[in-house]
Parts: sequence; C-alpha cells; structure tokens
Amino acid sequence: MTQTTWAYLSNNFVYSAMGVFALSFLVHAFETAWAVKVPAGGTDLQKMDYTKAEKAARIGTSLMILAFLLLLLGVIARGLANGHVPWGNMYEFSITGALAFTGAYLIALRKHDLRWLGLFISLAALLTLGTAITLLYRDSAPLVPALKSTWLIIHVVAAIISGGVFLLSNVIAGAYLYLDSRERGAGRPAWATRLPALEVLDQLSYRLVAFVFPLWTFSVIAGAIWAESAWGRYWGWDPKETWAFITWVAYAAYLHARVTIGWKGRRAAWLCLFAGSTFLFNYVYVNVWGTGKHTYSGL
Amino acid sequence: MKNDREVDLPEIGALGLARFAWRQLTSMRTALILLMLLAIASIPGSLLPQRNQNPMAVREYFATDPTLAKWIDRLSGFDVFSAPWFSAIYILLFISLIGCVLPRTIEHLKLVRAKPPVTPKNLEKLQGYTIVKGDGDELARAHEFFKKNHFRIREQAGSISAEKGYFRESGNLLFHLSLILILVGVSIGSLFGMRGDAIIVTGERFINLATSYDSLTYGKLTNEKSLNTFSIRLNEFVAKYDPITNTPLDYSAFVTTEDEEGNLEERVIKVNSPLTFRSSRVYLQANGYAPVVTVRDEVGNVNFQGPVTFLPQDSNLRSIGSIKVPEASPQIGFVSSFVPTYQRDPQAGAVSVYPELLKPRLLFSIWEGDLGLDTGVPQSIYTIDTTEMTRIALDSLAPGERFNFTGGSITFEKVEPWINLAVVRDPGKSYSLIGGILALAGLLASLFGFRRRIWIRIRTDGQVEIAGLAKNNSAALDLQLENFVRFVKGEK
Repeated sequence: MTQTTWAYLSNNFVYSAMGVFALSFLVHAFETAWAVKVPAGGTDLQKMDYTKAEKAARIGTSLMILAFLLLLLGVIARGLANGHVPWGNMYEFSITGALAFTGAYLIALRKHDLRWLGLFISLAALLTLGTAITLLYRDSAPLVPALKSTWLIIHVVAAIISGGVFLLSNVIAGAYLYLDSRERGAGRPAWATRLPALEVLDQLSYRLVAFVFPLWTFSVIAGAIWAESAWGRYWGWDPKETWAFITWVAYAAYLHARVTIGWKGRRAAWLCLFAGSTFLFNYVYVNVWGTGKHTYSGL
Repeated sequence: MKNDREVDLPEIGALGLARFAWRQLTSMRTALILLMLLAIASIPGSLLPQRNQNPMAVREYFATDPTLAKWIDRLSGFDVFSAPWFSAIYILLFISLIGCVLPRTIEHLKLVRAKPPVTPKNLEKLQGYTIVKGDGDELARAHEFFKKNHFRIREQAGSISAEKGYFRESGNLLFHLSLILILVGVSIGSLFGMRGDAIIVTGERFINLATSYDSLTYGKLTNEKSLNTFSIRLNEFVAKYDPITNTPLDYSAFVTTEDEEGNLEERVIKVNSPLTFRSSRVYLQANGYAPVVTVRDEVGNVNFQGPVTFLPQDSNLRSIGSIKVPEASPQIGFVSSFVPTYQRDPQAGAVSVYPELLKPRLLFSIWEGDLGLDTGVPQSIYTIDTTEMTRIALDSLAPGERFNFTGGSITFEKVEPWINLAVVRDPGKSYSLIGGILALAGLLASLFGFRRRIWIRIRTDGQVEIAGLAKNNSAALDLQLENFVRFVKGEK
C-alpha cells in the first residue's frame, strides 16, 4: 500500500472510532437514565431494579473498547502513512492523546468500577477527535530534522501517557467536587446514588497521580536530554519547558500536601484540578499561540 | 540582676526569633507555599518575551508600549528566571528543603542501624493476626523466611520481630538530595559555562577564538582563555526538502575539523548530532542563503566583493539582507531580499515558492548617502537605516547578471548556503543528569516501596502467634503475611 492509502485508511479509522464513541456515549446516556428511573410504588432505592442500567453499562464499555481499538488502528495507520511515529504535529498528538486518555480509563476499569464515568469519557474523546480532525488536521508529512531522534518516541510516549492519566485523575477530582457539593446541599442526585463513596474517589484520584508522577518526571528528564543534543542546552525556559516545570511543581505540591500534611477531599481535589489544568494549558496554549522551540510546522 | 536581664533578654529573644523563623521556614506548610509560589512565579516567564530567548520580541515590546515595558522591565518581567524575586523563592525553597531533609537523613541513618522494636505483648489487635498450631520448628523457619526476604530481625526468647522497607524513606531522602545536586549542576553551568554563535558561509573556516563569534556569553567565573583550540571548515551544506509539503527532511553540514593536536578529520554535523571537542560541543542551529556579489565603481574598481548572509523570513526561505558599501563615495547601500525559487505574487510581490535554489533571484533598491556606520550606534547587518539616504534605483538579478547604475555596477555572482553554529560548554550538565536519574530512582522507591513489621511468637501453650503492621499499603502486607504463615507451617 502507498503512503496515501495508509493516510486515507487512518482517517477512516479515526472517523469510525468517532462513530463508535458517539454510540458508546448514547448507550451510557441510557445507562444513566435507567439508573434514575424510579420504580412504581415508591422511591426506595434499595428496591430499584438496575438490570437494565447494568446491561447498558456493559454495552457502553464494549463499544468503548471497540472505539479504542479503532483509534489505535487509526494512529498506527497514520504512523505507516508518515513513515515515522505519528507525533509530528498537534493533530497527531490529539488523536494519540485521546487514545491514551481512553486507554487509561479502560485500564483503570479493570480494578475499579468507573463505568459511571463512561458518559463523560466518551464525550471527551469525541470532542477531542472532532476538534482534531476539523481544526487541527494536517496532511501526513515527513518529520522536520529537529524531531528526527529516538528521543521523540521516548519523550513523547511518556508525556502522552502521563497526560492521559493526569486528565483521568482530574475528571475524578471534578466528579468528587460535584458530588461533594451536592452531598452538602440537597444530597446526591438520583442517577449518582450508585456512584462510589467520596473517599473512594478521593483516593483513586490521588493514586492515579502518585502512579504517573514518576513517569512525568521521566518525560521531563528525557526531554532535557534530547534538548541537550538538539539545541545545545538541557533547560532553557522555553514556554513548553516552563509549563512542564509548572505542572511538575504543582503535582509535587499536591503529593506533599496529601502525603506530608494530610490534605484530603475538597482542598486536595482543587489542587489536583489546578495541576491538571496547567498540563492542558501547556498543550493548548503553547502549541497554538505560543512561540519557542516546541512549535513545528504550523500546528 | 536587673542589669543582667536587660542585657540577656534581647539576646535570647533574637536567638528565639531565629529559631522560630527557622522552624517556620523548614515547616512543610511553608515548603508547600513556596512550591506553589515557584509554579506561579514561572508563569510570566512563559507569557512575556524573555530577553535571553527572544531579545527581538522584547525590543518590539518596548517599541509598541514603552511605559508598560519600562514597568515590566523594572519588575524583571523580561528576565523572570534570573529575577531577584524568582531567585528568592527557589533559594528559600532549597534552604527549607535542606533544613527538612538533613535532620531526617541523620534520623534515618540511625534508624537503619537500629534493630526492629521488641515484639509487643498483645499481637491480637494488629494486622492479619493468626494462630498456628506449633511443632517446634516455627522460629527456625520464620528466621529462614526473614533472611530470604531481606528483613532486619531481632531475636528474642520465643519470638522474632522483623522489619523491612526503609527503602521508602531512603528513596524519599535520595529524591530530595538529588534535587540539590541538580541545582549544583545548573549553578556550575552558569558560572563556568559558555555559549557562542557563529555564522559561517560555505568555504569559510571557523576558528574557536572570541573574535570569530557573532555573539558570545561566558559564565560569571570564566573568560575567553577557557576556549579550547579547534577549527571547522564548512565544505558543503546540503538541505533536503519534501517536494510535496516543502518541509525540511534533513540538514547536513559536511565539515573538515582540526583539533588541538592538528588532526584533520572529515565529519558531518546534523541537527540532532553535534560535534564534540573535549568539553565543547558544536551544534547546527540554523541555515540560510548568502548571495555572493561584486560592487564596482564607475571605472570598474571593486568596492565590495563577497558573500552577504541573508536572514530567512519564511519556510520557503524568502530572506532579507543588506549590502553596505562604505568604501564608495558617496556611500551606497542595497536594501535587498533574496528568493531561492522566485515567483511573482499579485499582492505580495516577489515570493519564494520552494526553499531550494530552483530559480534564485536577488531583489534590491539602491540607496545613496550616509550609511550611519560611524555613529557608534550598533546596527543590524540585515537592515539599513535609510533616513540619511536617497533611493537611486530599483531592480532584480539572477545569478551571473549585472546591473549598472549611476556611479557603478552590481554583479550577482552566485549563492552559497550559510550555517549558524552554536558552540556550548556546560561543565555542570553531567551533575544535573546524575541528579535527575537519582531523583527519579528515589521517587520510584519512595512511591512504591512499603514499610512493614512482622512478629512471630511461640506461646507457652505451644501455639504460634503471627501478626504484622504496615505503615502504608496494608494490602501488600496481607499478601506477604499469607505467604509467611504458609512458610511457617512448613507448606512453602
């Protein structure tokens, strides 16, 4: 197959993945709806029949796995079209980022029942891919000389996986804050009664960060080693580097606050959201409006 | 008595105050605030243009809004990462870190050499309490298990206490101490390092002397005597581009190098593979085109001849430059632009549609008057200040062509590529790298290591009691206790 056919194939895989994410979103919406449906004869939550919601959750997850696999094929096909790893521009970062994000969710699902997040995860993946393919799309192109290095694979893989897990932890921290405010007010909404206790969310969000923080540290170090061989300095406060540093320091503060001072709950969740938003800002702002050495070939 | 008090009190007060301040500074809460401050203080450094990265953008900032720029500059907004307030934050943070980590290191070293605590009287309330029927060999088997799993043990009459997992605190301390090593590496680099940029045109030779550089900065504790001897001659520069997207594929500078001993060697410099001469490394940073021109006066005497480096403006290498001929009288200047693949655009005028030399063309306007070179004000080599000059002609040339104007002629001979080499010496970088690797190792140990104690005791009735205590990760202790019980029972 020629490179152009691979590129078309990649686009088709990405479009199919979007379709399946949309289906998964719909099914998760039904799941949530059925979980809210109050049975005839009272609002006793103990007596509620959740079999329909459970079935929907299973279908939703299966669809999510299918969408993940389609997107994986899309990313691989993009790499084959390029003749190099598909991390040369923001379109490629976005589709790989969506892959890492849903991948982190699916892996976390093996240990924790997070299917209630499916509605949000599928929507986030859908929006990311939609933005990528409409606004950020660039034709498959060769790598510029500065990116031709083994460090591209090492540095970028570590950064993308870290990003996926950071964002997942952020989503859970966000859910924590929402449920916490509801519990202190009118109580949890009907659809959320089956969601895990606040403590579980709190702990899970922390565990994800603690797990991935060393990987983020590694990504920054790998980037520094690469920068030394490409630009002649391992650290130069380029905007991307500055924000990577800010993210690192913010998560370091978060971990200290939790482990050493014993922050929990609301305060910890806010700090987690702040740290995660610095990562997102780095991705969006520095790539689109920023100057500096991390901007290549348009976007 | 009264006198004594009056003399003593302030001293104790000052000492007390110092102790109070120290305790405050080394408290975790302060460290946390400093960490957040460090994150927030870095933000302006990414939003405002920084002088050491993009001096041109800073100058533009001053040009567009001088008052605001002056105030930002007063607050070191254009040099955030060397600003006094930024330094204050990280210096305080590191003092706080040292004040926190050093006592803990000493404490930890003591603890590591100490034996685990004596088996408590009541094990029932501890984690995973189990009673096993004894056959008399339990202690020996427990001992074997502990040895095999690298526990620290204390043997007592009828019982053993074992402990493991100091690894966690060791990792934690290693992580923080490594951060200090990184800071030391950065400091050594900025005190004893150097960085310089030099443009060389194909055929030219660069000799590592202070005068060969276009720009050169030293660390505070070093000077031009530290430049080591080597030279680089640029034989050929090859840039390859993708014909569909025009993106660059490869830059290769083919050079002949000569080291201190006079050994000549043919080498290639690429973007991700610099050359190394002892402690100095040479990087390929940028490239462009240098039109070679000859300017003659009206009787044919050569007033100027040679390559002129032009500055690329876009990805298709449309470049701007200036040819200054102060020898002519009156002085002449050519405000020029160069396009490697010329095309006429109805709006933009002359544009380049491809970065390689497919249809090179030099466009210029000729100005006569005072070039302003003697004013002492530093000038850009790419532009001409034409306020004291008048325009006398306008034209464009292909290589080999000549244009005659009143007072002389210009011949566009050919085009040569130029490259920008960065020469860097950073004696601190290996410290930073080692610091980074150790920090990562420490981090992994501190996040994934876990500390636990296990006790085993033979009761007077012959029954064996087993229990444990986990400082963190009690699930993992459950698993290990299970194995331990099986081992003690002789099930293995």
